[in-house]
Amino acid sequence: MSKVLELSEKHSLSVEALTKAYPHGDRLLVALQGVSLEVKRGEFVCVVGASGSGKSTLLNLLAGLEEPTRGRAHAHGHVALIFQEAALLPWLTAAGNVELALELRGVRNPERSRIANELLRRVHLDGFERRRPHELSGGMKQRVALARALAQDADVLLMDEPFAALDAITRDRLHEELLKLWSQHGLTILFVTHNAREAVRLGDRVLVFTSRPGRVGHEVAIDLPRPRSLDSPDLAVIAGHITERLKLEMGIGG
Amino acid sequence: MAELAAELETRDLAEEAPHRIHAPKFRAWSGLWPKVVAVLIAVGVWQVAAWSGWRPANVLPAPLPVFQTLFGDLSHADFYAGLAMTLRRAVLAYGIAVVIGTLVGVLVARSTILRTAIGSAILGLQSMPSIAWFPLALLFFQRSEAAIFTVVLLGAAPSIASGLLSGVDHVEPLLIRVGRVMGARGLRLYRHVILPAALPSFVGGLKQGWAFAWRSLMAGELIVAVGSQPSLGQQLRAAQNLADTSQLVALMIVIFIIGIAVDALFGALDREIRRRWGLLGTEA
Repeated sequence: MSKVLELSEKHSLSVEALTKAYPHGDRLLVALQGVSLEVKRGEFVCVVGASGSGKSTLLNLLAGLEEPTRGRAHAHGHVALIFQEAALLPWLTAAGNVELALELRGVRNPERSRIANELLRRVHLDGFERRRPHELSGGMKQRVALARALAQDADVLLMDEPFAALDAITRDRLHEELLKLWSQHGLTILFVTHNAREAVRLGDRVLVFTSRPGRVGHEVAIDLPRPRSLDSPDLAVIAGHITERLKLEMGIGG
Repeated sequence: MAELAAELETRDLAEEAPHRIHAPKFRAWSGLWPKVVAVLIAVGVWQVAAWSGWRPANVLPAPLPVFQTLFGDLSHADFYAGLAMTLRRAVLAYGIAVVIGTLVGVLVARSTILRTAIGSAILGLQSMPSIAWFPLALLFFQRSEAAIFTVVLLGAAPSIASGLLSGVDHVEPLLIRVGRVMGARGLRLYRHVILPAALPSFVGGLKQGWAFAWRSLMAGELIVAVGSQPSLGQQLRAAQNLADTSQLVALMIVIFIIGIAVDALFGALDREIRRRWGLLGTEA
């Protein structure tokens, strides 16, 4: 699973003067305007912004699911997207969902099922391989989605509010596991959230997006040592600062 | 903390389990008894009507002589020959309808131009009683099996195509995005994501298609006699000509039973798919 580091490629994600507009009636709706950002290989960057700030659009463009109107968005390496809903295929078991990602990469059986079981073990789902998505809790589904992302041999995870629908305890646990996978696999992660504390807990940097049109309005480097606790006062101070910024941006944008 | 959370998640699952444990046996019986009662009521009303003398016994036979006729038929080679002919036609015509309906459905779903051109025509065909095609089919094919097949096909194929179409239309966009990110494009996206996601709706279309096929076939057989053996429809027509109402009703019972038996098969298939796809909502 491990990747050979290509030292020549310092950046995993690069976005340059990116603009995306959608036709809306007879007008254009500008989702992103002149966004530039770079994410270094192995970096964990969080994006916070109000709804309508084009965060999800940014991820779609980086994943190559949409074409930019102007500028460019580029991701080096294999990209996997993780959404708020786990978006598992409901007719496949947990193992089947992971195996499909492997199959589409050309991995053959029996190797396929061996790797799938190993990946599910790594996200602590051993014993649940034969369950179907509707038989799993929300947290378990997101773990399957994580295992599936690893099965895609992803270097880059683009995560769109992945834990927003989970309860606090499950979310806290998944934070820990995500950070573990991040360091073990040398992943690069761009993590969209509207929760400033979540962003500060996870990210090396936090980007605050303005809304309508979306732009990077502000950037905060998080120097807190890891592991970080959601309850730490230092974290709360930085998160408070970001929330203030966010309110300011929303005031301007809205 | 981590152990506690794991336990909570496991418990969530355990709490869902009891709904399923005693279900199968209970469900079999609870599914059966309303049907038994319905049959008893129907036979009861029929018997009372026969007793009332509202119509003479040779026009409105009581249940008992009809069942005797039915059992008599069941020991007759001619009856089976006719039944076999009708079933062969049903399977063949329905099979062709499935192939054509599926092909048209996939093609129309894949192409925007075909969609606008043919999509509404398919829906229109569905609302047209297929037996209305019969006079035209007779002029085209004379009194042949081809005429019957045409009518059955026109009855069944549109339902099958539109079941598939609406299934493809209602695939969650998120699943398609996931499939594309995983590297499935074109046909592979169809095979691994879109078609399985559309399957419940497709089976619904197959079921409706069968219902239309069976009706159209009976209508067609009533109207034309083709082949060396009298089909079920022709046996029905013969019984009417002979004013043999016992035989008539006995055949109707056979036709009815075949219809609901196949329907029950589709129902079971439909339930199994919904269960697997997690669409039954029992976990709520």
